[in-house]
Amino acid sequence: MAGITGKDQVLTNYAKQLETLDAPKGRSLTQDAVRRLRRNKAAVLSIFVVLFIILFAFVGPYFLPWTYDKIDWSGIRKPPNFEAGHYAGTDQNGRDMLARIMQGTQMSLIVAMVATLVSVIIGVIYGAVAGYFGGKVDAVMMRFVDIMYALPYILFVIILVVIFGRNPVLLFVGIGCLEWLTMARIVRGQTLSLKEREFVEAAKAGGAKPWTIIMRHIVPNLTGPVVIYATLTIPEIILTESFLSYLGLGVQEPQTSLGTLISFGAPVAETLPWMLIGPAVVLVSLLLCLTYIGDGLRDALDPKDR
Amino acid sequence: MKQVLSVQDMSVTFELHESEVHAVREMNFNLSEGETMAVVGESGSGKSQAFLAIMGLLAKNGRAGGRAMMGDINLIGMPANELDRHRGKDIAMIFQDPMTSLNPTLKVKTQLSEVLVKHRGFDKAQAVKTSIEMLERVGIPEPVKRANAYPHELSGGMRQRVMIAMALLCQPKILIADEPTTALDVTVQAQMLDLFKTLTNDFGTSLVLITHDLGVVAGVADRMMVMYGGRAVEKGVTDDLFYDPRHPYTLGLLHSTPHIAKRAKRLDPIQGMPPSLEHLPKGCSFNPRCAFAFDRCLIERPPLIDTGNGREKACFYEGPMAYGKVA
Amino acid sequence: MDQTPINLLEIKGLKKTFSVSGGLFSKALTLTALEDINFSIRKGETLGIVGESGCGKSTLGRCILQLLSPDEGQVLWLGQDLTKLPAEEMRMRRQDLQIIFQDPLASLNPRMTVGDIIADPLRTLRPELNKEERRARVLKTMASVGLLPEMINRYPHEFSGGQAQRIGIARALITEPKLIVCDEPVSALDVSIQAQILNLLAELKDELGLTLIFISHNLSVVRHVSDRILVLYLGRIVELATGDEIYEEPRHPYTRALLTAVPIPDPKLARLRNIDALRGEIPSPINPPSGCTFRTRCRFAKPYCAEKRPPLETIENNRLVACHRWREIEVPQEAVLGA
Repeated sequence: MAGITGKDQVLTNYAKQLETLDAPKGRSLTQDAVRRLRRNKAAVLSIFVVLFIILFAFVGPYFLPWTYDKIDWSGIRKPPNFEAGHYAGTDQNGRDMLARIMQGTQMSLIVAMVATLVSVIIGVIYGAVAGYFGGKVDAVMMRFVDIMYALPYILFVIILVVIFGRNPVLLFVGIGCLEWLTMARIVRGQTLSLKEREFVEAAKAGGAKPWTIIMRHIVPNLTGPVVIYATLTIPEIILTESFLSYLGLGVQEPQTSLGTLISFGAPVAETLPWMLIGPAVVLVSLLLCLTYIGDGLRDALDPKDR
Repeated sequence: MKQVLSVQDMSVTFELHESEVHAVREMNFNLSEGETMAVVGESGSGKSQAFLAIMGLLAKNGRAGGRAMMGDINLIGMPANELDRHRGKDIAMIFQDPMTSLNPTLKVKTQLSEVLVKHRGFDKAQAVKTSIEMLERVGIPEPVKRANAYPHELSGGMRQRVMIAMALLCQPKILIADEPTTALDVTVQAQMLDLFKTLTNDFGTSLVLITHDLGVVAGVADRMMVMYGGRAVEKGVTDDLFYDPRHPYTLGLLHSTPHIAKRAKRLDPIQGMPPSLEHLPKGCSFNPRCAFAFDRCLIERPPLIDTGNGREKACFYEGPMAYGKVA
Repeated sequence: MDQTPINLLEIKGLKKTFSVSGGLFSKALTLTALEDINFSIRKGETLGIVGESGCGKSTLGRCILQLLSPDEGQVLWLGQDLTKLPAEEMRMRRQDLQIIFQDPLASLNPRMTVGDIIADPLRTLRPELNKEERRARVLKTMASVGLLPEMINRYPHEFSGGQAQRIGIARALITEPKLIVCDEPVSALDVSIQAQILNLLAELKDELGLTLIFISHNLSVVRHVSDRILVLYLGRIVELATGDEIYEEPRHPYTRALLTAVPIPDPKLARLRNIDALRGEIPSPINPPSGCTFRTRCRFAKPYCAEKRPPLETIENNRLVACHRWREIEVPQEAVLGA
């Protein structure tokens, strides 16, 4: 058996040949999880539905004769009328409902994505740092989280709105800045147990600095809980956005979101049912499917299933 | 000697997503009264699964075939409610990790007396009294205090003794111990093995000791059965297998175990790794690792044959069982 | 020429304690994991550290490597006290001091490929190497521990226990260390694989001139690999002697107990044995017995053993024993068979 010292020359040549070695790729944990997820029919179906909704929202408008803000003076408060091109009817201002539903879904989805991204990035780094360093650092950081939790959410949003105006971008960031709290708590908990694992100790024995350990060893192993939690928070974010829009703090006219559509549709549901049904169906489907996907991910990523 | 257990042609199969795995195949053995038999093997040998099958404790995707005759009744394939009447009473099993086998929310005395109330119809007071006596017999000091404790308040050695006490309360004829001492300190292990010897002598219990540690086998077992790849490859009296092994795997295991009295310069390990049960080699499952394999071994699987004096082996090689000089 | 062996590592007066919560209403208790640890290791030797639960052997391994900070004492590596080194310097020292863990799969990051895992210490400690150089070293090291080079992109869970341990060994070797702490490196492996790994460690030690600290609860394995053996009980050294001395002439009653309890794969010898009637169980390290902590289980214990702790004495040949009565207790001919 060759050693590191002694047979250096021969081995360096061997190693050079191996440089061009096309070593087969291993089967990573992620691939395993994807395989398990594919077996979950409810989750797979939900993924397709969500993809459909995304296509509907972003590609759909190109196929419609009406845009979301164009007013059809001849068709105000009209039920679905296929000849006029109003497949889902019109609202009180004569705008095409289907186009508005699409635009609203777009807005809700973008809000959800951006807010989730913001909350994941802030939450993961914050939680990992707090969990890894422990002690006073952890105590201070988590007390801050506790205080933020205690603050009334709406008050915070109102302050944001007052300072920055009713800008949808702000809305995304604002919601994200509030959602990271729970993510941070979850990540901190996971980090506390991860840092006791032997491979983290091995990394320390290999001389790694704390930041390297956090980014290279801890964060990649957080993928499971983070992905699951993020998927399950998206519905929550969409609902929060809907709620804020319902209160009038969200998107401004003529842009709309699912929540705003519902807030306008609900009071007139008896007389103009098409104004509520459309957006409601989209919202409920989205939420249900995301929940199924979240559950499916949780099962797929469960390490006990080996 | 009276036979208490006779296993005939037993097999255990597991259904996986895309395939079937044969964990145990064609297992045959007889267990006599008061005898201690060791079942030796490494990971994937099937040694634990075989006995989980006899006890009816296989996972949901497992199926057992063949017969495990305890007297006139066949334990394999018996419906759960019937099996319940025998489990604990006639045949009992203890496991490696006592913490997971004991209910952490119940006091020790409750768990012990439950067994007596259920299987031997004792009333509560009598059950508790008998349980405490049993704790004393298995060498637990201050048995009353321990009986009132919860499992997590006891040390590993104590918990294992509690498990043994629980298993013995109904005076089963057969006790199966699956790696009972692997998780224990060596001094506690020695006490435990001593206890096993006392049990078989005093109670006349037949003991099946499942282990991978040849040192443990040498100290306790009358007979032993070596398993590899789901099958028995050698059986016989313990002394015979230790001093005159006939199967290359047995020889390999002996050479792989450091012997404190003999300090060899190098061990002679068995090359290669234990096989995956899903892809067993063709012919004799051991052939890729065998120092004595020849062409017949690659094609044909050697059957387990009786070589006289209660010995059996599954090997075609008939030559001397000794390694040449290690290069 | 000065032929005195070099003391690579000297441990002086090491003490390590942990705080254990006493429950909801009581204050924290102190668990003394190690106390009064004094010994040295020569270059090229294998020192075995053996003991049962609560003896502190794993803690000792980690204190040596500064993965845990000792409360008191010095860890002198080539004369330099590691406990006083600033963090950055200690990090660089780690090239020379490595560790192999007990549970092979737990010690490998499941999300990294084998190649990345083995290269990790190089990335941190030898940043001047570029990617090709690192890869060459990884491949060389993989070959030396018996891993096929094609495995370089695989993930830990695709390996068996024995192979995973080889990956761990490769990672420990990649920085060309001088000393490796092996913390129960074979305990989690099948018997036939244990033997392979033990042989591998012996070969690597010879080829690379390593010094090993081999920690295990299995005295047979420790005797097989070690030159000298350190026996620990409840955080203290009870005996330090060569493997042969421990086997032929164990002076401490606990060492004798260990010898008689060790399973021997030899039925005839096993039958001849009289198990040292070792009473009771290991006491709790939070509240150890007074005086000699072993006295509660020792059949040679006298009343005065409870009063004063036995000092660690040096007897002939640089042996160490901590027992009040070591001079009086007669050592039987074949200690392994019990008295």
